[in-house]
Amino acid sequence: MIGLPVLYALAGLVFGSWAVATLLDRQHGKRLAGAAFWALLAAEFLAGDALGNMGNGLLLLALVALALLGAPGKGQPATSSASDRSASTAAHGNRLFLPALIMPAVALGGTFLFPHLGQLVDPKQVTLVGLGLGALIAVAVLMLWLRPPPSAAVQEGRRLAEGVGWAMILPQMLASLGALFAVAGVGNIVGALAPLAIPEGSRLAAVLVFTGGMAIFTIMMGNAFAAFPVMMGGIGLPVLVLGLGGNPVVVGAVGMLAGFCGTLLSPMAANFNIVPAALLNLPDRYAVIRAQWPTAVLLWLFNTAMIWGFAFR
Amino acid sequence: MTSVPSLWPLIGIAIVVIGFALRANPLAVVVAAAFGSGLGAGLSIPEVVAAMGKAFHQNRYVSVPWLALPVIGLMERAGLQEQAAALIARTKAATSSRILLIYLGFRQITAALGLTQIAGHAQTVRPLLAPMVEAAAARDKPDISDDERNQVKAMAAATDNVGIFFGEDIFLAIASILLIKGFLESAGIFVQPFDLSVWAIPTALAAFAVHGTRLWRLKP
Repeated sequence: MIGLPVLYALAGLVFGSWAVATLLDRQHGKRLAGAAFWALLAAEFLAGDALGNMGNGLLLLALVALALLGAPGKGQPATSSASDRSASTAAHGNRLFLPALIMPAVALGGTFLFPHLGQLVDPKQVTLVGLGLGALIAVAVLMLWLRPPPSAAVQEGRRLAEGVGWAMILPQMLASLGALFAVAGVGNIVGALAPLAIPEGSRLAAVLVFTGGMAIFTIMMGNAFAAFPVMMGGIGLPVLVLGLGGNPVVVGAVGMLAGFCGTLLSPMAANFNIVPAALLNLPDRYAVIRAQWPTAVLLWLFNTAMIWGFAFR
Repeated sequence: MTSVPSLWPLIGIAIVVIGFALRANPLAVVVAAAFGSGLGAGLSIPEVVAAMGKAFHQNRYVSVPWLALPVIGLMERAGLQEQAAALIARTKAATSSRILLIYLGFRQITAALGLTQIAGHAQTVRPLLAPMVEAAAARDKPDISDDERNQVKAMAAATDNVGIFFGEDIFLAIASILLIKGFLESAGIFVQPFDLSVWAIPTALAAFAVHGTRLWRLKP
């Protein structure tokens, strides 16, 4: 069955290819640290099962140490010149947009097709398998159509990865921090403390503490999914639904959306806020959050008003 | 009144807030916060390292989308960004406001249909959307500064986020809807995913109105 293990092996090979390319890049300012960074990441994906929890933890600490020393750094991956690219756009024109449709099309087709292929694809991982298959097909089509040097798939991927830099591992690190917070019982403590902030008998104050708690706890955790059970268990269910007779559907559904407003404001939501700033070469790490905050605040007010106005009718 | 639990595990959250406020390297902040909360909860140092390692290993799926980078890089090598910019530069009607408004609607509608993976920061924003809005802004304001270029690019990423966040919850089988349903079920309250997703529609419309108004007022 094709599932996560195949994707992890594929990702491990990609990271490993960047390690080799970095090692061979004589112009690279952080050649050894950069190569070690990609090699460790490749080892995590190819052999992490055999390392054990302690081994994986030490590997993670080594990755962070290398990142603090400047890894992965920036080298000189072979790429096209400005004149190469203008010649290419003159030759291919708008057909250059077609390969951009391959990955979405395969992801879309896979979502509908994979469940009909019996046990071939893990039904829980249809989306990610579609993404991986789409990437393989797209690379194959681009290599056959445009005939770049054979190493181009490795070098072009490394060029973008070096642009993102250490933020490459930040989303996975933050997911691990969320797990550690759960082990330490952070959510239970916040859930026990939050009701103390509500004055007796005030419906509006209770709604504000609930939606405010969803937003603030989401900002701190970077993920509304981590905040929801805590705030819903601490305030939403006992105070708003059971205490004040609120509609659980409205409180739950709109409460989650109040949390999403927090995601728009959180540097901890690295996938959405920090990685894009790196992908777009923005000098300000928080530029995307700066662009989002007015929308986030206004929508948080809207969601708070929705619960206040519609959950108690 | 139940007793207030020990507050020491919260030290990790304090470290996160201070670390990000000081703009320390986020990877170092995460490690420090993990040790703060772990030690605060009474774990030993080896136990914290092992718990981090276990979670890092289990969360590898978070990094799988990086498989798209070689594809994007190969397309850029062939001049995709330049072609996107050239197309917009000669299409006068395509202002940066209009491009972002259309993208916002497209992202909300497709996310509401469950098609969250057909676009994203690596797949569409970097190779297509950002070069397009930057080209439109530069065409309509020839003396545009670097700061202004960066602002429209940041707004492109922001628009992708707003579109997906406030579209996806209309789809019945998305993770957040299933989480709400599961949580309420464990408390003995049975609700239908459809009822939950209906209540995502007002906020989706508000998101289009609020963010759309901001995009409309965007100066090139």
